[in-house]
Amino acid sequence: MRTPLFIICEVVVATVLYLLFRHYGNDYFFFAGYTVLQFVVMATAWNILGGYCGYVNFGSAGFFAIGAYSSVFFYTVGQNVQDMDPGFLTSVLHVIFPIPVPILIVFGGAFAGLVGLGTGYLTLRLRGVFFAIATLALAVVIETLIVNWEYVGGSRGAYIIPPNTVPVFGPYIQYLFVLMLVMVIVGLTAARLIERSRLGYGFATIRDDELAAEASGVPTLKLKLIATVLSGALMGMAGSTFPFYLGFTEPGSVFDLSYAVNSIAMPMIGGTTSWVGPLIGAILLGTMQQVATVTISSVANLLIVGLMLIGFVIVAPNGIVGLWQDWIAKRSKS
Amino acid sequence: MEFSFSLLINAIAAGLLLGGFYAAVTAGIAISFGMLDIVNIAHPAFIIVGSYVAYIINAKFGVDPILASIVMLPAFYALGAAVYQVYYLSFEKRGQESLRGLAFFFGLLFVTEVLLLIVFGVDYRSVNAAYIGPSINIGPIELPLRLLVPCAAALAMFAVLQIFLSRSFIGRAVMAVSQDPLALRLMAVDPTRIKRIAFGISIATASMAGAFLIIIQPVIPSVGRDYIGRIFAICVLGGLGSLPGALIAALLLGVLESLTSTFYGPSWAPAVAFGILLITLAVRPSGLLGR
Amino acid sequence: MSAPLLHVDQVGKRFGGFVALDSVNLDVAEGERVGLIGPNGSGKSTLVNCICGTLRNETGDVIFAGQNINTLNTHERTHRGLARSFQLPRPFMSLSVAENIRVPLLYTVNARGGHHLHGSELDDRCVELLKLVALDKKANKLPRDLTQVEMRKLELARAVAAEPKLLIADESMAGLSHSEVEDIVALLIRLNQRGITIIMIEHIMSAVMTFSQRLVVLVSGKKIADGKPDEVIKDQEVVGAYLGQ
Repeated sequence: MRTPLFIICEVVVATVLYLLFRHYGNDYFFFAGYTVLQFVVMATAWNILGGYCGYVNFGSAGFFAIGAYSSVFFYTVGQNVQDMDPGFLTSVLHVIFPIPVPILIVFGGAFAGLVGLGTGYLTLRLRGVFFAIATLALAVVIETLIVNWEYVGGSRGAYIIPPNTVPVFGPYIQYLFVLMLVMVIVGLTAARLIERSRLGYGFATIRDDELAAEASGVPTLKLKLIATVLSGALMGMAGSTFPFYLGFTEPGSVFDLSYAVNSIAMPMIGGTTSWVGPLIGAILLGTMQQVATVTISSVANLLIVGLMLIGFVIVAPNGIVGLWQDWIAKRSKS
Repeated sequence: MEFSFSLLINAIAAGLLLGGFYAAVTAGIAISFGMLDIVNIAHPAFIIVGSYVAYIINAKFGVDPILASIVMLPAFYALGAAVYQVYYLSFEKRGQESLRGLAFFFGLLFVTEVLLLIVFGVDYRSVNAAYIGPSINIGPIELPLRLLVPCAAALAMFAVLQIFLSRSFIGRAVMAVSQDPLALRLMAVDPTRIKRIAFGISIATASMAGAFLIIIQPVIPSVGRDYIGRIFAICVLGGLGSLPGALIAALLLGVLESLTSTFYGPSWAPAVAFGILLITLAVRPSGLLGR
Repeated sequence: MSAPLLHVDQVGKRFGGFVALDSVNLDVAEGERVGLIGPNGSGKSTLVNCICGTLRNETGDVIFAGQNINTLNTHERTHRGLARSFQLPRPFMSLSVAENIRVPLLYTVNARGGHHLHGSELDDRCVELLKLVALDKKANKLPRDLTQVEMRKLELARAVAAEPKLLIADESMAGLSHSEVEDIVALLIRLNQRGITIIMIEHIMSAVMTFSQRLVVLVSGKKIADGKPDEVIKDQEVVGAYLGQ
């Protein structure tokens, strides 16, 4: 399928989904759906670096948080601008602030991408595990910075009061839902484009054998940095609407370990070799968690995610997509 | 904050004591990551399990936590050997340790934390022992026994490990297992068996490190996460696979963290380890004592 | 005489206290077929790694096509026309045989100025290269389905796909049968006749003697002989080094 056609398909599916939700669902559906879509973006983002290049990022929560706090920061600046005395400068600022959410998404992505670039530049020359370890510690340090940054609320957290309704979309949550749908489309399209391009071949050679990749002319460091930036930026984008979603942002909720675990578990369980895997994994695990949080407890369902992750990496290394492919192969043989 | 000499010297002393404890925390990773090339990021989770085991024994039978952790060494060793067996069969043998092996340990870390959360809840747990509370004073320096005792025990454990690794046959095989597989074959030992033993030992150290931890501070299930950055920072700074290097790095980090929390506030301390880790990786990936 | 294609000047490399390469000099002219031999641990692989940029030489210079390439990364050296095959084949395991060949086409041939390969041209070139090593029937297989010889042929084809000026074939024949060795030697000579300069590192003496126009001997990180093959193997020092081993 050609890319324009693929995008058209995505838009059609997204539109149908939105209309179904609008017609049959209530706000709760949109709240739950938003979370699942957010995980689709996170899983897809993780997989660009983890699945395609074989570099494990444990710091998903950190990148997510950068996006979230970039929005909190610009929102707070906007609030302060309103309190300023009138003057030439403030009248200019009044035009700029409050910054619309779609632009905040771009900002969140840019900052997270930059942090990805920095971390990658320092650690990606070394063996892959050092990058993994650095990302593991990265989330801790970003949390430390934010806890100590009073302007964005520090350890107490920050309130963002979104308007109740938005023109065209109606309730604010529906607006956020649509924005997240757009991010899903962007993420999936990017992932699929990479797979089929020269970049995708390059990523695969990095995953398979970096020495041989270099010898074949693949600029491995550059490609790894591209993957890190893309992946980090997508995570930052997913995080940038979070403050508007909950209305209250605190380090504890943004740095929740469940982001890191889910964004690894979802691609691993779905399958890491193509864009379909993270999508399947995220929809499956995301929906399951939404249902289980209501019926059982949220702790118990995190336990299930963890156990599924361990089970899948041991028993089905290529995830659900891999199981499916094996099954097809077996059927065509018999 | 007003600068004072006694504040400085006390911060350094506390840092050194903390560093001794960090050495015990890192010993296991220095073996598994440094010598066996197994990136066991779940190590802190095993340490927290060690803390809770010490807590249970202490609360039920009133046994000293350090003694309890020594009694539990064989159990932790067996646990480690079992985990290695699963890891070996599922990942190392298939050559998938880099991506899936890491995800496996990450899953273990997470599942252990959640299980502890389900069983023990989010309340802080602590132990009772005679040395928790009092301090001894040397001039202006105050040494809390709560830090001194774990530090001394940690150093003793560290010394025993170092002697074992450098003197015994199995110890030397462990040191050779990742660097020199040929020599290992000449010694006619099965590398998988050596790795299983070594990994067992590395998890066994978590039993004691866990007891030290719960003596130093009350423990909740998520505390382990704070130690991931520290452990790897120390391990990398010390030079992979070098116990003496890890000890020096641990003392250094302890002092730096202690100074940071004394002069800038405790909320900044977690960033120190990460800073050290990144700088080491960027500037001197072979560690302090590396070539 | 024109400047050599490869000029290795006083290259040295140590690992800790161990001297792996001790001021090695080596000139290779364009179009030449050079054999590089030496006992295990004599520094052959280290020399190859220093030439290709996998390792950095601590002293001396590597000059390729008139330019000092000391500070270049491996992929930059490959772009300039320096390709190698690995001693133990290192195919990209998740890519098919044809896709393995495609990587250097995409990342080296297309990264150079000049004609870019597109769509069907790429496929044609892959088939052509695979035919050269008689692997065209296995184009869609994964590397794990190949035999030892096929794996080594794939390794060579991938290096050749980068259209190198200089190809370094690192022990491409270890563990192969007599006829398979002849196969690969014939292939290397064919490649040389197409204009590729080749350095062959090998233990199998019959192959070395058939292939080489010049023979270089490395012992304990030092070059001890360099000249016509039949003269070199009679050299007292060379005989001593091999017998003494």
